[in-house]
Amino acid sequence: MDFSVLFEPANLQLYAEGLFTTLWLLLAAVSAGLLLSIPAAVWRVSRQRWLAWPVAAYTYVVRGTPMLLQLYLIYYGLAQFDVVRDSAAWGALSSAGFCAALALTLNTVAYTTEMLAGALRATAPGEIEAAHSVGMSRMQMLRRIVLPSALRRSLPAYGNEVIMMLHATSLASTVTLLDLTAAADRLYANYYLPFEPFIAAALVYIALTFGLTRLFKAAERRWLAHLQARG
Amino acid sequence: MLNPKLIVRDLHKRYGDHEVLKGVSLTAQPGDVISIIGSSGSGKSTFLRCINLLERPHEGEIIVAGESLALRRAKDGMLAAASPAQLQRLRARLAMVFQHFNLWSHLTVLDNIIEAPVQVLGVPREAALASARRYLDLVGLVGVEDRYPAHLSGGQQQRVAIARALAMEPEVMLFDEPTSALDPERVGEVLKVMQALARDGRTMVVVTHEMAFAREVSSQVIFLHQGRIEEQGHPAEVLNRPQSERLQQFLSGRLK
Repeated sequence: MDFSVLFEPANLQLYAEGLFTTLWLLLAAVSAGLLLSIPAAVWRVSRQRWLAWPVAAYTYVVRGTPMLLQLYLIYYGLAQFDVVRDSAAWGALSSAGFCAALALTLNTVAYTTEMLAGALRATAPGEIEAAHSVGMSRMQMLRRIVLPSALRRSLPAYGNEVIMMLHATSLASTVTLLDLTAAADRLYANYYLPFEPFIAAALVYIALTFGLTRLFKAAERRWLAHLQARG
Repeated sequence: MLNPKLIVRDLHKRYGDHEVLKGVSLTAQPGDVISIIGSSGSGKSTFLRCINLLERPHEGEIIVAGESLALRRAKDGMLAAASPAQLQRLRARLAMVFQHFNLWSHLTVLDNIIEAPVQVLGVPREAALASARRYLDLVGLVGVEDRYPAHLSGGQQQRVAIARALAMEPEVMLFDEPTSALDPERVGEVLKVMQALARDGRTMVVVTHEMAFAREVSSQVIFLHQGRIEEQGHPAEVLNRPQSERLQQFLSGRLK
C-alpha cells in the first residue's frame, strides 16, 4: 500500500478537478430535476389523461432502462444523425458535460416525479375539503396547501434520491469527463495502483454522502416538525 | 321580514339508484341556530355538504345572503357551479367545521387561521394575525399559536377549526357533527364554544347527535328521516312533543 503518491500536488489537483466536476454535475442535475419534477408530478396525478399519460410513459421508460445506456444513447447515439449535428443543439450535445448533466437530469426527473406524485396522492382528503370550503381556487389550493404539504413529506425520500444521484454522477467518467471516479481511474492507470486511488475516491464520496445526510436531517427538523412527536 | 342568511330549496341527491335526499329545504334567518338531527344514513351530513357544494346535488337551489348560486347540469346528471369564481366567493361566506377538524397539518395554529383570510379574502397579514389571536381567545385557546395540529388534543383542534371558520367572518357557519370524533370529556369544551357563538347571534346550521345542544341552544330543529324532513320546528315542540312515530323512536333511544 502506498497512499503517499496520491498526495503529490499534481495528483491532488486531479482529485480537486474531479471533485469539482462531480459537484457541478450533481448540482445541475438535482436543481434542474427538482424544478421540472414539481410540474411533472402535478400533471402525473391530474385527472386529465392527456396530461397524466405522457408523464407516466416518460417515467416508465426512464425508470425501466439503465442510466448508463441512456447516457450512451445521448452522447454516442445522437451524434449519428446529421439532423442533430446540423441543429442548433449540437453545440450543447457535442459536449460530454452537457450530455452527462442531461442524462442525470432526465433520470432524477423520472424518479422524483413518481415520488412527489405519490406524496400528492397521499394528501389527506379532509385538508383538500377544508381548502374548498374556505373558497380557495384550484391554483391556491395547490400552491398553498397540497404542494407544501407533499414536498415536506417527500423530504426523507428525496434525500435518498440526491445521494443516489451523487453516486450516479460517476457514470460521467465513461463519456470522457474527469469526475472524481475518472480522477481515481487515471491515477490507477498512471501508477498501476488499483487500490489506493479508488479507496481515496470512495472516502470522498462517503464524506459527501455524510454531508448530504446531515443537510437533509436539518431540513427535516425544520420542515417536518409538524409530523414529529413533541419533545 | 329580515333577509335570510341562507335559503336551501328542494335539495335532491342520489348515489346511484339510492336517493339520499328527497327534497330538503331550509331557511336560516340571521341569528338562527338550526340543528339537524336524525339517525345515521338519514342524509343529514350529505345535506350540509351539498350546501357548499362539497357534494353536488341533483336538484335544488342555494341562496346565500340573497345571492343565488348559479348552477348548471353537468354531464353526470348532477348540478355543478356555473361559475367557479362565484362558488369560491359564496363558499368563503359559508365557513364549515368538520367532524374530523381537517386542519392543515403542515401549518401552525396561527397559520391555519390566517391562511384563508389572507389568501382568499385579501386581508392584510397583520390584521389577520390580530383577529386570529382574538378568535383563539374566544374559543379559549391561548399559548398554542405556534403548535402544529398533530400536537393538540381533538377538542383543541376542533376549537382551532372553529376559530379558523370564524376568521372568515362568515354569513353562516356550517357544523358537520363537530363533536362526534371527540373523547366524551372533550365534547363539553367544544359545545360550550358553540353555545357562546349562538348567544353572540351567529347564524349556524349544525348537524349533531347532541340532543342537549339541540334542545337548549338551537332556535329550530329539523329531524331528517330517509332523506325527508319528518318534523321541524322549535326544539321545545319537536323534541318534547314529537308527533311522528319515527321521531319518538329516535328520541326514546337517546333522551336521558
